[in-house]
Amino acid sequence: MGSTTLKSLLMATSILASAGFAHAADTTLTIESWRTDDLAIWQEKLIPAFEAKNPGIKVKFAPTPPTEYDAALGARFDAGSAGDIITCRPFDKSLEQFKRGNLSSLKSLPGMENFTPVAKAAWSTDDGSDTFCVPMASVIHGFIYNKDAFDKLGIAVPTTEAEFFAALDKIKKDGTYIPLAMGTKDLWEAATMGYQNIGPNYWKGEEGRTALIKGTQKLTDADWVAPYKTLAKWKDYLGDGFEAQTYPDSQNLFTLGRAAIYPAGSWEISLFNTQAQFKMGAFLPPVQKAGDTCYISDHADLGAAMNAKSKNPEAAKKFLSWVASPEFADIYANALPGFFSLSSTPVKMKDPLAQEFVSWREKCKPTIRSTYQILSRGKPNLENETWVESANVINGTDTPEVAAKKLQDGLDSWYKPAK
Amino acid sequence: MSTADYSQSDSGQDKRARRWHILVFLLPAVIVYTAIMILPLIETLRLSLFNVVDGQSVFVGFGNFQTLFGEPRWSASFWNALRNNFVFFLIHMLVQNPIGVALAALLSVPKLRFGAFYRTALFLPTLLSFVIVGFIWKLILSPIWGVSPYLLDLVGLKSLFAPWLGRPDTALITVSLISVWQNVGIPTMLIYASMLSIPEEVLEAAECDGITGWSQFWKIKLPLILPSIGIISILTFVGNFNAFDLVYTVQGALAGPDGSTDILGTLLYRTFFGFQLQIGDKSMGATIATVMFLIILTGVCIYLFAIQRRMRRYQF
Repeated sequence: MGSTTLKSLLMATSILASAGFAHAADTTLTIESWRTDDLAIWQEKLIPAFEAKNPGIKVKFAPTPPTEYDAALGARFDAGSAGDIITCRPFDKSLEQFKRGNLSSLKSLPGMENFTPVAKAAWSTDDGSDTFCVPMASVIHGFIYNKDAFDKLGIAVPTTEAEFFAALDKIKKDGTYIPLAMGTKDLWEAATMGYQNIGPNYWKGEEGRTALIKGTQKLTDADWVAPYKTLAKWKDYLGDGFEAQTYPDSQNLFTLGRAAIYPAGSWEISLFNTQAQFKMGAFLPPVQKAGDTCYISDHADLGAAMNAKSKNPEAAKKFLSWVASPEFADIYANALPGFFSLSSTPVKMKDPLAQEFVSWREKCKPTIRSTYQILSRGKPNLENETWVESANVINGTDTPEVAAKKLQDGLDSWYKPAK
Repeated sequence: MSTADYSQSDSGQDKRARRWHILVFLLPAVIVYTAIMILPLIETLRLSLFNVVDGQSVFVGFGNFQTLFGEPRWSASFWNALRNNFVFFLIHMLVQNPIGVALAALLSVPKLRFGAFYRTALFLPTLLSFVIVGFIWKLILSPIWGVSPYLLDLVGLKSLFAPWLGRPDTALITVSLISVWQNVGIPTMLIYASMLSIPEEVLEAAECDGITGWSQFWKIKLPLILPSIGIISILTFVGNFNAFDLVYTVQGALAGPDGSTDILGTLLYRTFFGFQLQIGDKSMGATIATVMFLIILTGVCIYLFAIQRRMRRYQF
């Protein structure tokens, strides 16, 4: 057994080595990434698809573990040994590399027209005039529910807030299931799955988010306090001892079938698909009144950029144009259900749950998390404060008004919007 | 004449050789301590006097300290952390050390059976990693899968259970008690050792004078172990004001809920290294580290000069 493995390994390496010799004249592109989990997808699906279409270009996916990625990449930029294609973290971390001249501008790259400004926001300069990464993937917020439980209790999928709370009341009254699987122990659940999930419906997505950055709206405005008021009402529907319930606890409560609704991010889909033994469905963050425009948080997570000092700029551009194409979007999104392509061309997903999430893009307006762009550069850090205050509101430690005031005061202490 | 000459040259060689030895033996310790303790300490103190202005490191004097104590948000989080740290320390002093003394007194009872077993069992948690302790207790206290709500339910006291780690008013006490559980072995062992070193004759003499049982503990044993208790107090003080790991593993870097378990160590960590979208601020981090250093230095000095000198020692 051992020797056969060894033999086949040796065989494989010799074949690979000779293959390398045969194409010695080819250009080789190296991709820097922190997504070690995606190695198989790149090697088995994405790279062969690209190489088949572009003879003469070889691609190598060389990931670094997530915790080391930023430091290692910085060191490689300094030493001039960074790969040709750089996987971009959203917002400030990539912007900093662009400002240092390590990343090329991709504004005029063929294929960039496939993306909306919202999709590009995570990798654009503050004024939106220049873009330096091709958006690759985003995560969408919503609610995942236990279909069996809904059928058993005869609950229809809620679309408005009134229906949502009526459904929660019904689940609570029946008593078989915990209505909402969420805890406040880890703080970020309350902010990310709570506030940023339902919030866009109140502050009208991009309209509110950009107004906040411009300084024309404040976190103490009614539109920004309202999601906290709704969040405060969630308290009664959470499980016993939710104050000490952690994120993995919430996941397990839902996948074990003990909770009916899970305030979710789409990245949960693959895990839930393997663990849950019941049928699942997903619904949008409920709107306030029937007929209101719906907004969803479609948060950019992953992009691809070109090393400004790459020795193969033409090949790198070709590759990035391919990353911007619907073909890439289709392969990538289906290989990793829950990480959606940001391309405006709709992608058909094979996973029904993922398809449900991605279909919302057609009827709702997308936005990104309100605290990520520009507003979390100072101290106190708005994102971290939002974690603490969202948990406080649900725990009842702070009223929605007090929480909003604390956040705005913190922001005011360092952020002066451009006039 | 010649003998005197010999002896002179001999002693001269001896002297040179002795100096050489001193140097060689001191060198490794001096190098290691300088490289990993003294230089970083000096560098931290230096860094606390600098700040980054427009991308340049600039000397700002005590400007960082002014920000820390003067700016309302900074000072609020600093005083909150300091207050929590004192509560953390107080609980250790009031719970951990008395329990340590009591356990040591029980262990040193001469007729105790399974003494070695108790000793090992009591010391075992101290050997566990913080990560394991944090994880175990989070599970034990979990309202969903925890052992504690289940056990309380068995005896019909479920109503006494609360999600202690998740409530702002109980979280700090809970974390402190977890830390007490982990560290109680250290005072126990130190006091146990000093109790064993009390000579039999003293105790026999006490018995002859009719001092037995409790009064023997209070009048004879306690005064004799007082220096050990002093050492333990100062070790607890230094350990508690440097604490970070348990809070980090149990409550996370934001030391929630609502910053109620935030101690100086976690505040320093968040400031210096940053967290999530917050970018680390090395200068302010160094400032907090300097303040922590000064607090610990003051505490140790008070102990050394005011308490230890007055402590009475008995020699046999």
